[in-house]
Amino acid sequence: MTTISTILEISDLTKFFGGLGAVRNFELTLKKGDLNGLIGPNGAGKTTVFNLITGIYEPTSGDIVFNNTSIVGLQPFEITRLGIARTFQNIRLFSNLTVLDNVRIAYHPHTKYSMADGILHNRKFDVNEKELTEKAQEFLAIFGLENLQNEIAKNLPYGQQRRVEIARALACEPRLLLLDEPAAGMNPREILELMDLIHFIHDRFDLTILLIEHQMRVVMGICKYITVMDFGQVIARGTPKEIQENERVIEAYLGKGAGHAA
Amino acid sequence: MELGFLLGSIVKIIGILAYLYGLLKVLAHPNRWVKIIGVVVAFGVIQLALTNIGGFQVLTNFDSGLLFQACAMTMVALGLNLIYGFNGQFSLGQWGFYGIGAYTAADITYRWVNGDARGLLVVGFGTILGGLALIYIGRWLKRFRGVPVLSSFTLYLIGAILAGILAVFIGNALNPMLEPLLGTSLNPGILNSPLALQIVFFLAVVFAGIFAAEVSFLFGLPVLTLGSDYFGIATLGFTIVVNVLMINSDTILPFPEMKGGRGMVGIPKLTTWFWAFFFMMAVIIIMRNLIQSSTGRAIISVREDEVAAKAMGIDVAGSKLLAFVVGSFFAGIGGAVYAHFIGFLSPGTFGFLQSFNPLIIIVFGGLGSMTGTIAASFGWIFFLEGLLRVLLSQMGTEAPTWRFVLYPITLLLLMLIRPQGLLGNIEWGFLKQKEVLPREIPAVDQPEVAASKA
Repeated sequence: MTTISTILEISDLTKFFGGLGAVRNFELTLKKGDLNGLIGPNGAGKTTVFNLITGIYEPTSGDIVFNNTSIVGLQPFEITRLGIARTFQNIRLFSNLTVLDNVRIAYHPHTKYSMADGILHNRKFDVNEKELTEKAQEFLAIFGLENLQNEIAKNLPYGQQRRVEIARALACEPRLLLLDEPAAGMNPREILELMDLIHFIHDRFDLTILLIEHQMRVVMGICKYITVMDFGQVIARGTPKEIQENERVIEAYLGKGAGHAA
Repeated sequence: MELGFLLGSIVKIIGILAYLYGLLKVLAHPNRWVKIIGVVVAFGVIQLALTNIGGFQVLTNFDSGLLFQACAMTMVALGLNLIYGFNGQFSLGQWGFYGIGAYTAADITYRWVNGDARGLLVVGFGTILGGLALIYIGRWLKRFRGVPVLSSFTLYLIGAILAGILAVFIGNALNPMLEPLLGTSLNPGILNSPLALQIVFFLAVVFAGIFAAEVSFLFGLPVLTLGSDYFGIATLGFTIVVNVLMINSDTILPFPEMKGGRGMVGIPKLTTWFWAFFFMMAVIIIMRNLIQSSTGRAIISVREDEVAAKAMGIDVAGSKLLAFVVGSFFAGIGGAVYAHFIGFLSPGTFGFLQSFNPLIIIVFGGLGSMTGTIAASFGWIFFLEGLLRVLLSQMGTEAPTWRFVLYPITLLLLMLIRPQGLLGNIEWGFLKQKEVLPREIPAVDQPEVAASKA
């Protein structure tokens, strides 16, 4: 069933916290190059799905197949090294470090020198450290942050912190990027910029993107395919247009009669 | 008299700090030869000050004692700063590893000068074989997915114990060959010549450090999975266990030469200014290079945000273990240097109350600041052990009791005035991270989105 073009396949995923079923029989398939959305009211289990994919939680049952290998039971860092990167709903930067170091840390699994080279500060270290720094700076330049590289991350304004977080996730060199509410707390202008940015990185890095978002404008604007969750279960799937017209979605997510407001 | 002594002590403390500043400055010099000459001069200056020239000595024997103690404390405190300040794991176990290093190294050299090579042979082979066993078990375990920590711990433990047993057999087998060459304490043999002793001392210090590191690996593997506070309590327990074992080293442990609670006497005083300086500089350079490499950034990221670090592909458990093991290695080396300077080890020195000393030093100097730790180690020893002890003893027999009133008050005031520590996160010269300049060439394929935003 899994073909070459499928990058992520989640089947029958269930997660219980005690007696509470946070996610039940969740199914999702992503093809290479997809830019899909995952929406649902608060507490629907969207972030739990992300935490299950990235290995922060272990599923009660079900399987997650990434690039034809099951990733259930792997450590989060191993999953990231396989090519899944994420951002967080509430920004989780390394807040006391510089912007550049934030991005350079994400490069750690790809460093070409060993710890011994690091301790000796030998030629190999010098060469690779320089290369690594330049790569990190390239990412910062893409996000228009190159002049802020020596700033402490926590001193940046909110919108820029979000961008640093996305830059950091991209520095992991992922093939699948999970964005958890990237537009949260942004003003309309920043949201427009963010949408451009997501489109841009999607094309430039040949990424598959799955995003959770509450802002209907973002989801409907950039996602090609949307999965809707409620109470831990998938209640609808389809293109933005189909979702907008889906009765169950309007009832569960937007409330009765609020469909046109979005 | 008192005023003169007070002024002299203050001058000495300022002098030491200026010396450290200069040393770190010269190490930051881009030219390699300037660095080497600078370090040699820095070594020579103190060596000269310690030498008795025509009855005059700038630094008295009392001062040199403080100096060696400060060097040992610097190593221990730097190790703890790596664990707590940089990696964010609150540990009180540093003092236990300090004790392990001190007793291990002391046992090696004590036995050696008394015509018994088993100390060096068993500890040497034990640490090497144990290290290899741990490394190979670790590689083998990497093949499996989701091995529980306690299972891997059991395997590591079995490997280490087997390596230890093997080392004891090797040591006992090789000892008769070396014994004739060692001679007795009254009639030293060829392997007890001053030069040979220096080599044995060097090996003893290194093996003591590695041994402490291996113990910390076995202890840290299961315990580091605990959250930060629980980890602190567990490490406190470790220090107490080590201390109890020291007190009973001649009864429940087979080491009669350690003499249990009475204290181990007769350790050869092999720590010279050269060795103290050498090991301290080695620790400073290793730690600085580690911190400023990618591995160091990974260690720091764990302190900043564990979940984010995991999501960035950083092996959080591995980074914690690495910082803990390297920190304990430094503590072991510090202990070994201390043991051979003082010549007498008492379990009282390694009690759990004293285990707070390195913690106080790193908080005092600034968590995550190497400069602060070094300066605070020297300042603390010279202030508490030097200035206050002597000054107060001249003011009456009861006055020294005030030492532990004045010292906490000083701490209290400092924490109120500068909660981030004496130096915060200021680093001097060599220890300062090189500022990365922005790239000169603009990115070729900058998107219009980013351009329009800028």
